[in-house]
Amino acid sequence: MGENAAMRPTAKTPGLPSPALKRDVVVIGVGNPCRSDDGVGIFIARQLKAKNLPQTRIELNRGEAASLMDSWNGSDAAFLVDAVRSGAAPGKIYRFNGQIPFSPKGFFNSSTHNFGPATAVELARMLNRLPRALIIYGIEGKCFEPGRGFTPEVEQAAGTVIKMLLADIFKATVTVSNNTGGSWKRPAA
Amino acid sequence: MKSSKTIKVDYLSRVEGEGGLLIKFKNGEAVDAKFKIFEPPRFFEAMLRGRSYTEAPDITARICGICPVAYMMSSSQAMETALGVKVDGQLGSLRRLIYFGEWIQSHALHIYMLHAPDFLGYQDAIQLAGDYPEIVQRGLEMKKAGNEIVALVGGREVHPVNLKVGGFYKVPAKQDLDSLIERIKKIRDAAYETVRWTSTLPFPDFEQDYEFVALSHPREYAILEGNLVSNKGLNIPVSQFEDHFQEEHVAHSTSLQAAIKQRGAYAVGPLARFNLNFEKLSPVARQAAREVGLQPGCRNPFKSIIARSIETLHACEESINIINDYEVPEKPAMDLEPRAATCYGSTEAPRGICWHRYDLAENGTISAAGIVTPTSQNQKVIEKDLLELVRKNGHLADDKLTWMCEQAVRNYDPCISCSCHFLKLKIERE
Repeated sequence: MGENAAMRPTAKTPGLPSPALKRDVVVIGVGNPCRSDDGVGIFIARQLKAKNLPQTRIELNRGEAASLMDSWNGSDAAFLVDAVRSGAAPGKIYRFNGQIPFSPKGFFNSSTHNFGPATAVELARMLNRLPRALIIYGIEGKCFEPGRGFTPEVEQAAGTVIKMLLADIFKATVTVSNNTGGSWKRPAA
Repeated sequence: MKSSKTIKVDYLSRVEGEGGLLIKFKNGEAVDAKFKIFEPPRFFEAMLRGRSYTEAPDITARICGICPVAYMMSSSQAMETALGVKVDGQLGSLRRLIYFGEWIQSHALHIYMLHAPDFLGYQDAIQLAGDYPEIVQRGLEMKKAGNEIVALVGGREVHPVNLKVGGFYKVPAKQDLDSLIERIKKIRDAAYETVRWTSTLPFPDFEQDYEFVALSHPREYAILEGNLVSNKGLNIPVSQFEDHFQEEHVAHSTSLQAAIKQRGAYAVGPLARFNLNFEKLSPVARQAAREVGLQPGCRNPFKSIIARSIETLHACEESINIINDYEVPEKPAMDLEPRAATCYGSTEAPRGICWHRYDLAENGTISAAGIVTPTSQNQKVIEKDLLELVRKNGHLADDKLTWMCEQAVRNYDPCISCSCHFLKLKIERE
C-alpha cells in the first residue's frame, strides 16, 4: 500500500486545531476484541477510560461507519484507534491526520459490507461532518484469528500508542481547560 | 467484437464476502456464467454440535454482522418448536420490532451506500455524497434509526445480546420504546421519499421468468412465521423445506447452492416478498408502491431497490404500531424444558429466507444442524441473470458490461460472509 501525506507518522501533533477547543475530546477504540490483534483499539480505549481523564469521552465501536460518524458528534477533537492490515511489520504504528483526504482501501482490518472506518472518514468529509481535529492511529496487526490477547509486537505498540494518545489528549484538553477556566495535571502513562 | 478477450475486475466492493465471477463468450455469444465463491467454509453447523440448544442464537448470530437478528430468530423459532413453546403476544411483538430495526438498517445501507451508486454512475457512496449530500445523509439517518431500534431492544446494535430462546433476558420499559417514536416517524417520511427517489432511477430493460419464494402469513407481511410459498404453486410448512429444496455443491463455489427440486433456480428477498405478499403490506406502503407504479408481479430484478424501499416504509409503519400498542410483558421469556426433537425454523432476513434445522438430544444438546442462508438460495438465479444479461448486452463495451454485471449481482445484496470484502469479476471472450 502506498503512503500519502496523511498517513506518515509525524513527531508533532498535526491535525489538532490551533484555535481553542470548546468541547470535549473523544477517543474511539475500534475493533473486535474476540479477534486477537483486531481488539487492540478497544483495549487502548478501555485503558484510557480507566484513567478517568477529564473532558475526555471514550467510545467503543465495532467499526460500522454510520455509528462511527455519530461517535465523534459533539467533540471538537477525535482520536480513532484501530488495528490495521497494510502489509507492514507487525506492531508498526501509523498516526495520521484525518483532515487530509486518504483512501486506504483494505487498510482497516474488518468492516461489514466494506462500510467501515475508511468510509466513515471519507463520507464525513464529504458531508462536512468531520470533527475539527481527527487523529487516526493504526497499529499493524499480525493475528486476526478468533481469540483473546495480542501478539507481542502489537502489545508493545499498544503501550506506545497509549503514551502518544495521552500526550495528544493532554494537549487538546489543556487547550479546552485554559479556555474554560479549568485545569488538570497530565496523567501518568 | 474481438474474437478472444478477457475482462477482469479485481475488486468489487459493496458486496459482502470473497467470491468471483467468470463469464465465458464463444464466438461472440455468452455461453456460461459462474458465480464463484472461494471463501473458506466456516463450519457453523459443525460448531453447533455438542452445544446446548440455548446457545444456538448467539452462535449463529455470528454468521452475519448485518443480519444477526435473522439468525437468532430462526434458531430460536426452531428450538421453541421443538420444546412446544410459542412466543407471541408482546414478546412476539418485541421480536418483530427488533427484526424491523434490522430490516431498516440493512435496507438503508444497501439502498443508499451499496446499490444507488450503481444506478447513478458513481463508484461509491462517498462520490455520491459529493454531489448529493442530502440524499446520502438521509440514508445514514435511516440506518441510524434502525440501529437504534436494534440497540434498544437487543442491547447493542451489532450482534445483540438480549435475545434468547423463549424471548428476552430483559424487556424494555414503555417509556424507553416511546422515546423512539418521533424518530421513527421522521424516518418513515424519509422512507416514503426513498420510495419516490428509487423509482426515478434508470432501470435496465431486463426481465426473467423467476420462481419467487418467501414466507407467507395469513394476517401479516411475513417476517417471523408463515408457510413457504412461491408464484409457481409451492405452499409448504417450513418443516418440509428439505422435501422440496436441495442444496448442492458445485465445483466453482465453496458455498452450497440451493435449488427447488426438479425446477432449479429460485429467488428470495425483498422482490420475492413484495410480489408474493403485497396485500399484507401496510396501507401506506401499498399506497407508495401504487404511487410509483410498482405492481406485484414485477420481474425486473433491478427494481428490487424499490421493493427494498417499500419494505423499509412498511417496517417503519409496523414499528410505530408495535410501540404504540406495547405493554410490558409479565415476564421476559417463556419457561423451557428441553426434550429430544428434530426442529425447524425459518424467518425473513433482509436478503430472504433464513432456514434452520436442528436435531436435539433429550437434554437439549444439539446433535446436528443445518442452515440455508439467503445468498446460497440466490446464487443460481444470480448466475442465470448474469448469463441472460450479457447475452442481451454483449455488444456493450467491456467496462459498461462489467458495470452492469456488478450492478446485477448487487440486486440481490449478496452477503457471502461477514469477514472479507472482495469479489473478482472475469469475463473471457473466445
